[in-house]
Amino acid sequence: MLGILAFEDAGFIVGSYVSTFGVIAGFTFRVMRGGRRLADRIDDDDKYWT
Amino acid sequence: MTTPTIPADNPTSNDSASIRVRGTGTTATRVLGIATLVTIGWLVAFGLGFSPADRDQEDAVRILYVHVPTAWLAYLAFVVTAGSSAMYLFGKKHSLGFDRVAGASAEIGVVFMALTLVTGMLWGKLTWGVYWQWDARLTTTALLFVSYIGYLAVRGLGGSHEQRAKRSAVIGLLAVIEIPLVHFSVRMWRSLHQEASVLDSDGDIDMDGLMLFSLFVGVVAFTLLYVWLLLHRTRVIAMEDLLDDQGLDRALDERRAEATT
Repeated sequence: MLGILAFEDAGFIVGSYVSTFGVIAGFTFRVMRGGRRLADRIDDDDKYWT
Repeated sequence: MTTPTIPADNPTSNDSASIRVRGTGTTATRVLGIATLVTIGWLVAFGLGFSPADRDQEDAVRILYVHVPTAWLAYLAFVVTAGSSAMYLFGKKHSLGFDRVAGASAEIGVVFMALTLVTGMLWGKLTWGVYWQWDARLTTTALLFVSYIGYLAVRGLGGSHEQRAKRSAVIGLLAVIEIPLVHFSVRMWRSLHQEASVLDSDGDIDMDGLMLFSLFVGVVAFTLLYVWLLLHRTRVIAMEDLLDDQGLDRALDERRAEATT
């Protein structure tokens, strides 16, 4: 996989992947943290997915 | 012979009431999450490793495998928002569940639309020499992005859940009309942006097999990710609504208690 560093314009190409998965990871972290925080304040009976 | 008893405060007790559900996950979402991670791994391996460079664009074509799936996902998310909005507005029960799906889907769509713009700008710099042009496809995509930012802003205005659902459903149904405009902008106007990547003007597949497979993996990976995020985000919104309602009930009870004393 280190061959990707030999791409012409590797910064743009790898940057597009890093920015995509970085933003997705950030959004996912925010959703999961919000879910954990709120779930602690709510009875399990009120969680329709349980 | 006596039966051993388990102390009430024993953490190894089988008392089901002591086991609280943490977060918004279920077995199904965990399986979906693992499948998503595996396909994302494939996407990176094929996108940056196994797929060949393009004859004209060379390695810059590798951005296609994240750019096109993010655009597809944003379209899908906004269509789901419109569908759920219609189900809320025109359904007999006016279920707030549809409103929550609409809101969660729009949020995810905005994230993916932003990524479409960013990856498109990086690709544009490599192929056109500039990050941005006020070209038909780029401009209509930016307008679509701003429209859904507006949709989310309207959802954040005050009022009851029903008021939020009704006003945002109307916007959700209006904003989705922009998608065909964005998609066909490259045909309707002269555009720097290339036409459809997979099909040529005759509707035939015009792409190398491994490139097509890499793109397919990207679309599958991001679709799984979308479903996984939608399930979790919808559940979080349901909990936010419930806590809002509980807070309102508590405040009303306190006011009634004040009035009677």
